[in-house]
Amino acid sequence: MGIEILGLPMMYYIVMVVKVLVAFVFVLLTVAYATYAERKIIGHMQVRLGPMRTGWHGLLQPIADGVKLFFKEEIVPSQASAFAFLVAPLIALVPAFITFAVIPFGGTIELFGYKIPLQVAAYYDTTAGQVFDVNVGVLYILAMSSLGVYGIVLAGWASNSKYSLMGGLRASAQMISYELSAGLSIIAVFMLSGTLSLTKIVELQSGFGGFEWYLFKQPLAAFMFFVCSLAEINRTPFDLPEAETELVSGFCTEYSSMKYAMFFMAEYANMVTVCALTATLFLGGWNGPFAVAVPLLGPVYFVAKVYFLMFFCMWIRATVPRYRYDQLMHLGWKVFIPLALVNIVITGIIGYFI
Amino acid sequence: MNPITPIINGLSITLKHLFMKPVTLQYPDERPKVAARFRGLHALNVSHNKAKCVACYLCPTVCPAKCITVEAGEDDNHDKYAAKYEIDMLRCIFCGYCVEACPVDAIRMTGEFELANYHRKDFIYNKERLLEKK
Repeated sequence: MGIEILGLPMMYYIVMVVKVLVAFVFVLLTVAYATYAERKIIGHMQVRLGPMRTGWHGLLQPIADGVKLFFKEEIVPSQASAFAFLVAPLIALVPAFITFAVIPFGGTIELFGYKIPLQVAAYYDTTAGQVFDVNVGVLYILAMSSLGVYGIVLAGWASNSKYSLMGGLRASAQMISYELSAGLSIIAVFMLSGTLSLTKIVELQSGFGGFEWYLFKQPLAAFMFFVCSLAEINRTPFDLPEAETELVSGFCTEYSSMKYAMFFMAEYANMVTVCALTATLFLGGWNGPFAVAVPLLGPVYFVAKVYFLMFFCMWIRATVPRYRYDQLMHLGWKVFIPLALVNIVITGIIGYFI
Repeated sequence: MNPITPIINGLSITLKHLFMKPVTLQYPDERPKVAARFRGLHALNVSHNKAKCVACYLCPTVCPAKCITVEAGEDDNHDKYAAKYEIDMLRCIFCGYCVEACPVDAIRMTGEFELANYHRKDFIYNKERLLEKK
């Protein structure tokens, strides 16, 4: 207890590490059970049952899948570029998880006498009496999400298989073009907020009983950002990089065992991050009725919003068939980018006159 | 055409289906309801403690898969009976012609459909095994 690092007691660091661990484990569990939820929800939407046989109503299915994949044989194709082949799943997985660092999932709670902001990359400055977080949080997220594409491209190239290569190329083309429109569509939000810090953006949406959401001020931006994010993380209906009908399994055709599982975890972690980001930017983050008075309600609201958006992703997956490649490019370049630009102009004009 | 409406219609349909009762049958736990006239495993009908079959050879004659083997015998009352009656389930196509052809209503088809086995010889059902299925 007596040890101090940088003027702060040991306990403070322990509390911080515990916060990070809790957040990380929660995201990891969400990722694992997102696979189960997806199979269950899509199953019921197709009037099937989904997994039923591992545990009560298949509740142990993610664990069974994990164990199975863990014990599968590691296959590295003989003509593959071994180092790139091995490192690609990590490059896909790590950015997917570390993007969560800047997303605020609650207000400030008091624990062991320390004020802990519920955001991984944030601290409470006692002298200034306010929370400091990464002041370019959104830029950080956009940067990390564009790093994720390297994992997929590298996987496609290193496999030395034509299907993987095609999947990787498609992934890079798609992710780069949709990143543009996703980035442009949230510029309208920054024009309203005037800051890139996610904590500030959440605070700005806290008025009106926690319902002053940017969704109501920027419905077009919210819609475009969500759709473009779906495309950026290769979710249906934009899952062309792993279109089974044409490309076997796209960039992860040659992957087996845990490396394959890592691509899947990356995909679902990306889905969690995108839903969390959409909730933060447009649905008021952890805001909600009484969220300021009762700090523990914040994470509850936040998780509820994120889970609703994830349900929406699965709902879309059960409904919409895959886009054709030219339709995808048409939608990205000729529909969303002009719409996003028009949205910026309109927001600017309205902002200038108000 | 407006591209949003069809997507919203689709989403409403999938949402409605989410609350429907699933049609899945949890097979080993739940058994399917076999229809009354289902054509499953054959059974030889019994009357007065012996098979009704008189070994008239109409069923092997009509059988399109040639899966029925009958050999006639003579019992103590000098009546003709099937000394050997075998159906090869690997060849049988479950058409039910044998049941239609039988003049003495000696053969019928049951609802039994789980006919998997480990050895080829186990698929040849002899008279005793067919009689067992009452």
